[in-house]
Amino acid sequence: MAVCIAVIAKENYPLYIRSTPTENELKFHYMVHTSLDVVDEKISAMGKALVDQRELYLGLLYPTEDYKVYGYVTNSKVKFVMVVDSSNTALRDNEIRSMFRKLHNSYTDVMCNPFYNPGDRIQSRAFDNMVTSMMIQVC
Amino acid sequence: MEVAAGGGCGAGPPLLLSDSEQQCYSELFARCAGASSGGPGPGPPEATRVAPGTATAAAGPVADLFRASQLPPETLHQITELCGAKRVGYFGPTQFYIALKLIAAAQSGLPVRTESIKCELPLPRFGMAKSDGEMRFGNPAELHGKKVQIPYLPTEKNSLKRMDDEDKQQESQSPTMSPLASPPSSPPHYQRVSLSHGYSKLRSGTEQMHPAPYETRQPIGQPEGSSSEGPGVKPLHRQASLIRSFSVERELQDNNSNYPDEPWRITEEQREYYVNQFRSLQPDPSSFISGSVAKNFFTKSKLSIPELSYIWELSDADCDGALTLPEFCAAFHLIVARKNGYPLPEGLPPTLQPEYLQAAFPKSKWECTIFDSYSESMPANQQPCDLNRMEKTSVKDMADFPVPTQDVTTGDDKQALNSTANEPSPKDVAEDTAASKDCNSLKARPRSRSYSSTSIEETMKRGENPPTPPPRPQKTHSRASSLDLNKVFQPSVPAANSGLLPPPPALPPRPCPTQSEPVSEADLHPQLNRAPSQAAESSPKKDAPHAQPPSKPIRRKFRPENQTMESQESAAAVGGAASAAMVKPHPTVQKQSSKQKKAIQTAIRKNKEANAVLARLNSELQQQLKEVHQERIALENQLEQLRPVTVL
Repeated sequence: MAVCIAVIAKENYPLYIRSTPTENELKFHYMVHTSLDVVDEKISAMGKALVDQRELYLGLLYPTEDYKVYGYVTNSKVKFVMVVDSSNTALRDNEIRSMFRKLHNSYTDVMCNPFYNPGDRIQSRAFDNMVTSMMIQVC
Repeated sequence: MEVAAGGGCGAGPPLLLSDSEQQCYSELFARCAGASSGGPGPGPPEATRVAPGTATAAAGPVADLFRASQLPPETLHQITELCGAKRVGYFGPTQFYIALKLIAAAQSGLPVRTESIKCELPLPRFGMAKSDGEMRFGNPAELHGKKVQIPYLPTEKNSLKRMDDEDKQQESQSPTMSPLASPPSSPPHYQRVSLSHGYSKLRSGTEQMHPAPYETRQPIGQPEGSSSEGPGVKPLHRQASLIRSFSVERELQDNNSNYPDEPWRITEEQREYYVNQFRSLQPDPSSFISGSVAKNFFTKSKLSIPELSYIWELSDADCDGALTLPEFCAAFHLIVARKNGYPLPEGLPPTLQPEYLQAAFPKSKWECTIFDSYSESMPANQQPCDLNRMEKTSVKDMADFPVPTQDVTTGDDKQALNSTANEPSPKDVAEDTAASKDCNSLKARPRSRSYSSTSIEETMKRGENPPTPPPRPQKTHSRASSLDLNKVFQPSVPAANSGLLPPPPALPPRPCPTQSEPVSEADLHPQLNRAPSQAAESSPKKDAPHAQPPSKPIRRKFRPENQTMESQESAAAVGGAASAAMVKPHPTVQKQSSKQKKAIQTAIRKNKEANAVLARLNSELQQQLKEVHQERIALENQLEQLRPVTVL
């Protein structure tokens, strides 16, 4: 079950970040922020030549004792970061991938809305609903 | 007969009716229910949603009937609430009977209370003739009389019939028309419209009952207190205010099967209006409107952007950035409703679903030939596949649309699956679905175009001349793209801005040391004169393996150079060729504060991009460093291996 989900723009500012309200949200914001470095590392590690073949799913970025952070990058360098509770019996990789895929789909739908300016914060209710469903459901 | 048992989900107290009451009520109910089911509804699903197996009286005739009882509107409101129709959302037999009993009570002078119905009451009296047809139309004399009392009534009434052509109404109440015409956009006016608006039976034979349904649904759906008629009328009126002098032919009343969400049903007039609007934007009704076109159009409605964004979300069922005719109608209807004070629904109401709209307003409204051909050619696509959604999105990801029609979005099907109403959608809708899918398939191909062009068009349409488009990926990297951008903006920048000197803006007063660099760069802005070397410098900086400090001064210089930058680009667009570095004193001339802001934002973006690139470069170099380290370690190992040999 995702504890925190964030969408980061290409320029590394958050377009959307949401965490389960019970926890200290600032902690999650920090985690997402620090994970951006890891994301960048992984991106650049591929090198420019491979950018087309680069897989979108980055996998586990780094684990802490309580949480695991997963990353996903789109071709337009928009990053999705997901913080997952480690105490959950380990979510399978496939499930994480499918969650990211859903995120990506919803994000694409948001982009399709002509009233959405790329670079704005995401305020779509459909997107919110999807994220809520991902956060409360136990994968 | 125990009424309570009769109604499917009746919520009122059990009623005991005398025989005469029984008879009278059932007759009335049959009339109301019969009147409602007369039309070519979308079929069983909607009816089943309401109350399986039970007839329900449509709000229209019921409302008329209530009005005919000549009770004051507040009383009717109360009655509607008490009888439970508000709660369940429709008039089942139970609710209807309770309501009639309450009307009788009220007419006898008793207070409208649940207890009133327990006692013996005379039959309720209704002023109108009770025949099906006449129930709608009522007694014009009475209505007129009522009308006079409330000045807005006639206007409402008029707006009803108005059909976007305000002149039409005049026949009966021309004098009273003006008040409405003047404040078209003031929802508060409508708040005072009372139930008695229903009296405005000026509708002649071709009237829609739509206002009437609105009326009863209004107390049910909207606790605001505005008359149901009001909102029903408002949307129509709204349309008038949106676009004047639009003549729409009247159609017969839309007698679709019962729906609890009457405010969201589109009447024939409205439908015609929307279709005509659609045609004005896109001549082919079976094609679609691109996102940007629709955005400009809907922005005229002056709703806030978040609301418009939400409306778009609701109405663009297949999420492809374009609107087909049914989607457009749904969106328009939502906008109209919103402007009239309706809160936006959480989800797309079933009456606004694209399939419903296509089925309910079949081809007679549209170019039927095209649709027919589509439905013929697309029988295979009837299979709703929301898994196609996944395919579609993966296709989206690749920005590559192989697009066999099956892969086409089935957003509306997905929506269909989501909404209960469409689940049991009858097969006759499938055909339309196929047609709509075909529309979608049409949409899918140009979709990428519309999507990618949106940003350019948006910036261009911003009216001002933003110097650069919204952040584009790799802008500073690929020479081609930056060139293209410049070319794009060259012709697009209006001449007005080119009041500036033809020679592009020159070097700002602070010459930068690396003036040669841009030349070596050659990527960015080759067309921009060397003058924007400052501008170019910041970007070339990315390639140059400079550390942060050099970019910082650039950035600082950048700020004041915003103006020059901006005018540079616009002038460059105008001037075309790279010009010599001539000082450009004009930035101030053309300055508008918003342009400045945009320039600053652009500068900020560019800097951020530069930062990102530099950071990437940094990491790459670190990688290289690591590799070099490893090599070194390997070599040292080798050395050690060799050394002991010699030592030993």
